[in-house]
Amino acid sequence: MAKSVIIKIKRQANPRETSRWEEFELPYKPAMNVISCLMDIAANPVTRDGKATTPITYDSNCLEEVCGSCAMLINGRARMACSALVDKLEQPIRLEPFSKFPVVRDLAVDRQVLFENLKAVKAWVPIDGTYDLGAGPRMTAEQQEAAYPLSRCISCCCCMEVCPQFNDDTGFVGAATIAQVRLFNTHPTGAALERERLTALMGDGGIQECGYAQNCVEACPKDIPLTRSISEVGGAVMKQAIGDLFRK
Amino acid sequence: MATTLKITVIGGGLAGLAAVIKIAEMGGQVDLFSIVPVKRSHSVCAQGGINAAKNLKGEGDSTWKHFDDTIYGGDFLANQPPVKAMCEAAPGIIDLLDRMGVPFNRTPEGLLDFRRFGGTLYNRTAFAGATTGQQLLYALDEQVRRYESEGKVKKYEHWEFLSAVLDGNRISRGICAMDLRSMEVRTFPSDAIIIATGGNGAIFGKSTNSVVCTGSAQSALYQQGCFYANGEFIQVHPTCIPGEDKLRLMSESARGEGGRVWVPKTPGDKRDPKSIPQAERWYFLEEWYPKYGNLVPRDVATRAIFKVVFEHNLGIDGKPMVYLDLTHIDRKILDRKLEGILEIYEKFVGDDPRDTPMKIFPGMHYTMGGLWVDFKQATNIPGIYAAGECEYQYHGANRLGANSLVSCIYGGFIAGPSAVQYARNQKAAAGNGHFDTERKQQEENNAMLMKSEGKENPFCLWRELGELMTKDCTVIRYNKNLKETDAKLCEYLERFRRINLSDRTQWANTSVVFSRQLYNMLQLSRVIAQGAAMRDESRGAHYKPDFPERDDKNWLKTTKAYFAPDADEPKFEFEPVDISLIPPRARKY
Repeated sequence: MAKSVIIKIKRQANPRETSRWEEFELPYKPAMNVISCLMDIAANPVTRDGKATTPITYDSNCLEEVCGSCAMLINGRARMACSALVDKLEQPIRLEPFSKFPVVRDLAVDRQVLFENLKAVKAWVPIDGTYDLGAGPRMTAEQQEAAYPLSRCISCCCCMEVCPQFNDDTGFVGAATIAQVRLFNTHPTGAALERERLTALMGDGGIQECGYAQNCVEACPKDIPLTRSISEVGGAVMKQAIGDLFRK
Repeated sequence: MATTLKITVIGGGLAGLAAVIKIAEMGGQVDLFSIVPVKRSHSVCAQGGINAAKNLKGEGDSTWKHFDDTIYGGDFLANQPPVKAMCEAAPGIIDLLDRMGVPFNRTPEGLLDFRRFGGTLYNRTAFAGATTGQQLLYALDEQVRRYESEGKVKKYEHWEFLSAVLDGNRISRGICAMDLRSMEVRTFPSDAIIIATGGNGAIFGKSTNSVVCTGSAQSALYQQGCFYANGEFIQVHPTCIPGEDKLRLMSESARGEGGRVWVPKTPGDKRDPKSIPQAERWYFLEEWYPKYGNLVPRDVATRAIFKVVFEHNLGIDGKPMVYLDLTHIDRKILDRKLEGILEIYEKFVGDDPRDTPMKIFPGMHYTMGGLWVDFKQATNIPGIYAAGECEYQYHGANRLGANSLVSCIYGGFIAGPSAVQYARNQKAAAGNGHFDTERKQQEENNAMLMKSEGKENPFCLWRELGELMTKDCTVIRYNKNLKETDAKLCEYLERFRRINLSDRTQWANTSVVFSRQLYNMLQLSRVIAQGAAMRDESRGAHYKPDFPERDDKNWLKTTKAYFAPDADEPKFEFEPVDISLIPPRARKY
């Protein structure tokens, strides 16, 4: 008998509907990943028991694990669908949308919250303008090597999905945003906004909500030093808060 | 006080964001449309770097040499003045990106480091690890987010451009777009629009492009009257990792850092590659092109690999693959300069390229052709501008590695101010009835798709399209096959009328969206196939064994396709190339 891939997908027609599971059986091909399975379903949207259904709605774009689109729960684990190779997954493969973000449809969720958080912490270098002002600040290779890993964050939100503190009760900003604060605060020009960034991380939903579960650093597909970033930024927030107290 | 100018930018990759920043800086208001959140745009996939002749390695590099390499690499098909201006602007663009915080790799002294890329003998490519496109896009994304928080930019993410709204005088007055969640079709008035929607890799099924790179927006505008130029010029990148869902790019920087391409000299050699002695390996690029070696331009390297695999039958294990070998390079250097791409190979293939030579094969990568624009990035429809991969201006018949990032940013930097300038001098339209007309037309198109009762699955039809176009419209082209391809495309367009959407719901319906894109892909495919059939010569990426030489007498011309609505097919005219600065010479690497 030809080899096949069994895949179970948690589906939801829209944000108001309740979810249900559908099961598919696909002909096996070498080098399949979860994305190619979803593409195969779109080309033949029929469930395992022969019922016609609709193609799966999911976010995807680069399929090289650099755009951050296709994050979902695969066999219960928060990860990118493009780099989830079928040969390395236990079957039946279970696909679910992220549980802590509003479902749009099927596996697509709304992750706008991260982009709002990046706005709140002013995650940018405040340059004067785009006209010709010469070279940027000189930087050592060591400084570049410290900044680069932080700058590789693909905004997939895996770190937020797995964080026990990331929920409606705490309103925690999550690890990704905190790592970006560290990135911009260590940039010579970016440091101009350091105070404002740290202030944004104080109080409810700020860095104090972190419970050090360390799930974030485990889940990050880009190996970003998230826990280290949290402790460094946490120290800076504390220092600034104490300083502010004495200045009052 | 005059009302604020409103410019619509479609596409949030490097070109679109570059335009947004310039417009906001000039005091304009921007509506920014993108299918995906702009931070997830295809620009993130660019790996190796960005070219600028900063001459920081004491090699005597200059912007003129960058210009000459680009023109020569593009086989003299690009109009020269804008390419010269781009190369002159490039060092300033690098400085700006550096100021924005792009973590470019550094020299021991703390200056920007540069590496070598294909088609040049100079170390001219600045880089941030092997994810330079990602780093550049993030820098622009952050600046745009800053403008967004100041209220100067409004983002419409998860929206897709459907068409331009043209008034009775065929002047653009805004756009019609669809919310990809609610499926609502809406029009948005603006003083000018800028299209920055990238390449059209999806036409070829599997390519190195991202899912959104369908060319649908360009095709829609071509069908509305924009010229589409040099459509037949498609870059096939020599080193890709074949995959079930896509072809993943293995950056040219792998060769820039010393990677060597080879095959075993014995056909079907089954030995572990590392156990094959040097004398029994064929480093064919180094042998055939001693001056440039592994860093010949992409079209040259791709044809060489095809020759070795299909004529010499020396593909690895009899399969269409060759080795790209980095194992002789120090691991620490590889990690510092190439980590991002090595990680991709490791994750998607499972082997560590630091230990084992990679297996690669050419794949569709870049769209040299695109919307015709003038030197100010204006299309032939007043009020519509274009920048980035979706237009045709900077790369001629073949793009050099690491020139795409600079052309996207430069194009955006020209398009933004040009659109603002245009908008300042523009008079209001006589009426606004055309908005309703356009919206109703697009709603009708959606309704037709929803109603259609045929048997054709759009995703299956797309797979057929991809296979057809890859087979006959990429590396090697024959007129007979190209004509058959066009006939097939007509057949596909016919089959499209019998499409059956398995999904007829009104919420986040990907079938409707994809079918609309597919129709536009089919129309644009005909421009590619017919353009290729017409051009009886070989130039850059366009290669016909029956016409193996470049023919400047007859074909030193820009192909301009325009849509003839009555005939429902492309018509063509040709325009001389501006060769005012560098006289054409034979291209021999």
